[in-house]
Amino acid sequence: MYNINPFVELSASIDSTIIQTYIIVMALLVAGGTLFDIVHKRSAKYFFNNWQKSKANAKHQVSGGKKASVAIQTAIDGLTSAELGDCSTRRQLAHLLTMYGFIAYVAATAIMAFGYTDSATPVILANLWHLGALMVSVGGFWFWFFIRVDVSSEGNSPFRLVRADLFVVSLTLSTTFALVWAYAQTTGNATWEILFLGLYILTTTVLFGSVPWSKFSHMFFKPAAALEKKMSEASGARNNLPEPVDRTNPAVRDSHSMELLKDAPLSMGLGIKREKPSHY
Amino acid sequence: MPTFVYMTRCDGCGHCVDICPSDIMHIDKTNRRAYNIEPTHCWECFSCVKACPQNAIDVRGYADFSPLGHSVRVDRDEDKGTIAWSVKYRDGREKSFLSPITTKPWGSCTPNLKEVVGPTQEQRDGELLFNEPKYIRFDDGGLHTLESNGLTLKQGVYY
Repeated sequence: MYNINPFVELSASIDSTIIQTYIIVMALLVAGGTLFDIVHKRSAKYFFNNWQKSKANAKHQVSGGKKASVAIQTAIDGLTSAELGDCSTRRQLAHLLTMYGFIAYVAATAIMAFGYTDSATPVILANLWHLGALMVSVGGFWFWFFIRVDVSSEGNSPFRLVRADLFVVSLTLSTTFALVWAYAQTTGNATWEILFLGLYILTTTVLFGSVPWSKFSHMFFKPAAALEKKMSEASGARNNLPEPVDRTNPAVRDSHSMELLKDAPLSMGLGIKREKPSHY
Repeated sequence: MPTFVYMTRCDGCGHCVDICPSDIMHIDKTNRRAYNIEPTHCWECFSCVKACPQNAIDVRGYADFSPLGHSVRVDRDEDKGTIAWSVKYRDGREKSFLSPITTKPWGSCTPNLKEVVGPTQEQRDGELLFNEPKYIRFDDGGLHTLESNGLTLKQGVYY
């Protein structure tokens, strides 16, 4: 199963141009949905205004080199989902699984559907498609049932679904049905194969077609927000937040208000983060 | 000054939901981000503001006394054991405050109540609260007063 390109067998019953057209339509829906989202929610305007506000509050000029290093750091943080690590390692791991799984799965789908419809698919590509889908499913179900904040912190049932769940539920079900459909192909049971293909197409269409109503576009605006935040820190504006405290600085260490911390260790360890925020 | 959440900075970790004593910080059904469901019931305790790891929560001043560009922001750094405040007035003045939030490493002085021997039946039937003589040091020379400690009450506020 893991070495087989599931789109080859599908192209025996459905013309490969239909499969390719479907993928193009899905890509257009994502692009169009994201643009609609930007215009409708005025998120671009919000970011631009925030950027201008940060520039006005800047305490010093940020050099070109510093800007580049901030951009690189933002990219590294994005690629490692570092921001999510601030609140929970398991959330960071689940996000990494779904993020890299989704990239591998989408890339492998596009290459297999466009490049290998009637020729032998390299095994590595089929492996990548299955592995990507599996990673998304594992990360997605983990998030859905255990990590989702409305479940873990608010105590709601994992089966209570709201609009915010549209993205994670359609994504997880889409890759899960993809795997089940690929498995059904190996069993030779046409009924199961058609049923799971139908469910796969349905959930995939919901995933890519619901961008304006789902959280799909967070993958575009979250990096922009992270960059704006880091640039604001670099320029000293820091969104009006206080300067970071340096307890080794004699002026801070010897100040009256810090007298009680004079002989205390520099690292006090974890406070409220010692426990998961789930005391509902 | 009730709290509000910057949606683009919130990552929906749930710390504010968990810590809010009024149970008014909840998760939005559209974006899965935190929001204050009832600002008029906010005690303005700043618990959520201090707990937020992304500094995504801020306080909104009432328009009648703190309008036009004021800002009160706080950074609670548990690892350093400090809390820093930055207050910006509407006329542009800025004030900063820094204080400790603990003097010992977190969790190092948690009383191990599990190991404490429970009250006897006689203590249960008595009028004193559990461990009361010991905890108010009543069994160590009677009631401690300013007088018994050689202190006097001074007028005014001293720092």
